[in-house]
Amino acid sequence: MPVVVNRKVLTFWEKLYLPAIVGGLKVTLKHAYNTLFLGKVVTMEYPEQKWTLPTGYRGAPYLVKDQDNNTKCVSCQLCEFVCPPKAIRITPPGQNGQKADRTNAEKMPAEFEINMLRCIFCGFCQEVCPEEAIFLQKDYSLTGLSRSEMIYNKEKLLSLGGEVGGIQKWKLKLEEAKAQESFPVKP
Amino acid sequence: MDWKFIIFSLIKIAVVVGVVQGIVAYSVLAERKISAWIQDRVGPNRTAPPFMKFIPGGVFLTRLGIFQPLADGLKFLVKEDFTPAGVKKIYFFLAPAISVIPAMLTVAVIPFGSVIGDQKMVIADLNVGILYTFGIVSMGVYGIVLAGYAANSKYPMFGGIRSSAQMISYEISMGMSVIPVLLIVGNLNLGAIIGWQATHGWLVAYAPISFVIFMIASFAETNRTPFDLPEAETELVGGYHTEYGSMKFALFFLAEYSNMVSSSAMMVTLFFGGWTLPFWGLDHAATSLGMGLAHILVFIAKMLFFMIVFIWVRWMFPRFRYDQLMDLGWRRFLPLALVNILITAVWLWLRS
Repeated sequence: MPVVVNRKVLTFWEKLYLPAIVGGLKVTLKHAYNTLFLGKVVTMEYPEQKWTLPTGYRGAPYLVKDQDNNTKCVSCQLCEFVCPPKAIRITPPGQNGQKADRTNAEKMPAEFEINMLRCIFCGFCQEVCPEEAIFLQKDYSLTGLSRSEMIYNKEKLLSLGGEVGGIQKWKLKLEEAKAQESFPVKP
Repeated sequence: MDWKFIIFSLIKIAVVVGVVQGIVAYSVLAERKISAWIQDRVGPNRTAPPFMKFIPGGVFLTRLGIFQPLADGLKFLVKEDFTPAGVKKIYFFLAPAISVIPAMLTVAVIPFGSVIGDQKMVIADLNVGILYTFGIVSMGVYGIVLAGYAANSKYPMFGGIRSSAQMISYEISMGMSVIPVLLIVGNLNLGAIIGWQATHGWLVAYAPISFVIFMIASFAETNRTPFDLPEAETELVGGYHTEYGSMKFALFFLAEYSNMVSSSAMMVTLFFGGWTLPFWGLDHAATSLGMGLAHILVFIAKMLFFMIVFIWVRWMFPRFRYDQLMDLGWRRFLPLALVNILITAVWLWLRS
C-alpha cells in the first residue's frame, strides 16, 4: 500500500527561497568567521601536530629489554608461528650458540627480524609471547627508502623497543616463590 | 587605422588577458581557501619555494597558499596529455579551445577603467557592447556540448545535453533582465551605461529585480552551483569533462573561471557603476594617472567582491534538480523579467 507523505505547504515567503538563502549565507559566514578569526579548525596539520595515542594502541611491534638491560626474548618462536602475515623470522642460536643475557633463561635469538612491510600490527605476537618480550608500541609511521631497510633486525628492534617497565612477570614469580618458601611452617 | 591605436590596443589586450588569467589562477586558490574556511578546514598552506621561510612574511604567504596556483599550473602543464581511446579526435581537441575562447573574448568590451592619458581603458569601445557580450556568451555552450559529444561516453553526453538546455534557457532570462537597464539608460554602449550611473546613481537601485535575475542567470551561465548540472560530480562523474585530463581539462577550468570574471565584470558594469565611486571624486573620467589607476582598482575591487559571492554561494547551496532548474528558468524568471520590462517601460513613460 503506498504511503502518502504529506509535504509541508510552503507559504509565499518560503516559496521565494530568500529566507533559506539568507539562512545559508549566515551559516557559512559564521563558519568562515569561526575558522578565520577564532581558529576553530577541525584540520590537524599532521607532521607538526600528532595524535596523543591512547594506552593499548597497537603500533609497530618491538622487542623489549628487562630492567637489567637484558634481552627478554628466549627464541621460543611462538610469535613466528602465530604471525598471520609471516612477518617475523627468528634464527635460533643453535646448540653451541650464544647464551642468554639473563641467567634465568636458556637462550636468546641469534637473529630476530620483523618485516615491517608485511606486519599488520595485529598484536598476536604480543599476546602469545610467554616472556613478555615483544610489545606493540606507539610507532605507526614507519618509512624507509628500500624494502631491505624495512626489515628490522634484532639490534634495531631492541634499541627501538627500550625497556617496558611495570610488567615484570619474572619478578612477580620470584616474589611468589619467595613467599612460598618463607611460608610460616607451623610446628 | 593608425599605428598608435594598434600598439595601445595590443598593450591593453596583453595586460587585460594577463590580469584576467592572474585573477583566474588566484580565484581557484580563493575557491579552495574559502571552501576550506566555510567547512572549518585550513586549505592549501604548504606549497612554497624552499627559500620562503627565510623571507619576513614568507611563512604567512605560504600559509595563505600564495604559491599553490603556480604549482597547480605547473602540474597541469607537465602532466601527460592523455587521449582516451574511442573519442572523436577532432572535436575532442577542439572543444577546450572553443570553450575557452568565448570566455576570454567577453572581457574585450568591458570598460575596466576611465582613461589613462588619452587612452580609454577598454579594449573595444563598441556601441553594441551588451549585444556583443550576449552573442559571445551564447557561444560558450558550444564548447561544453562539443566536449560532451566528443568524449563518446554517456556521462559527458548527459552533461553536454544538460548544459545546452540550461544555458539556452537562462540566456533568455538573462537577456530579458538587461532590457530594463537599456530602457533606463537608452544606450547599448557599456561606457555610456557607466557614465549614466555616475550622474544618476547605481542602476541596482533602479532595477533591483533585473539585477537579481541577471545574477542568478549568470550563475547558471557559468555552470556554478546551484546550477552546476553539466558538471554534477556526484551524479555524472565529472560531467562534460569526464574524459579530459591535464591541460585540456585545465582549459575548461580556465573557461569556467574566466566566465566568472566576465560575469562579475558585467554585473559591476551594468548594475554597480563600473569603475565609478560616488565619493572621493571618483565619479568622472580621470584627469591624472593616479586617478586612472584608482578607477581600475575600484573596478577590480568591485569585481572581486562578486567573484567572492560566486565562490561563497557555491559552498552554500545544494544543486537544483533538472526539472526545478527548467521550472525556475522558464516559469519564474522569464515571466518575471517580462513583467519587469513592462513595469519599467510604464514607469519611464509616466515620468517623461
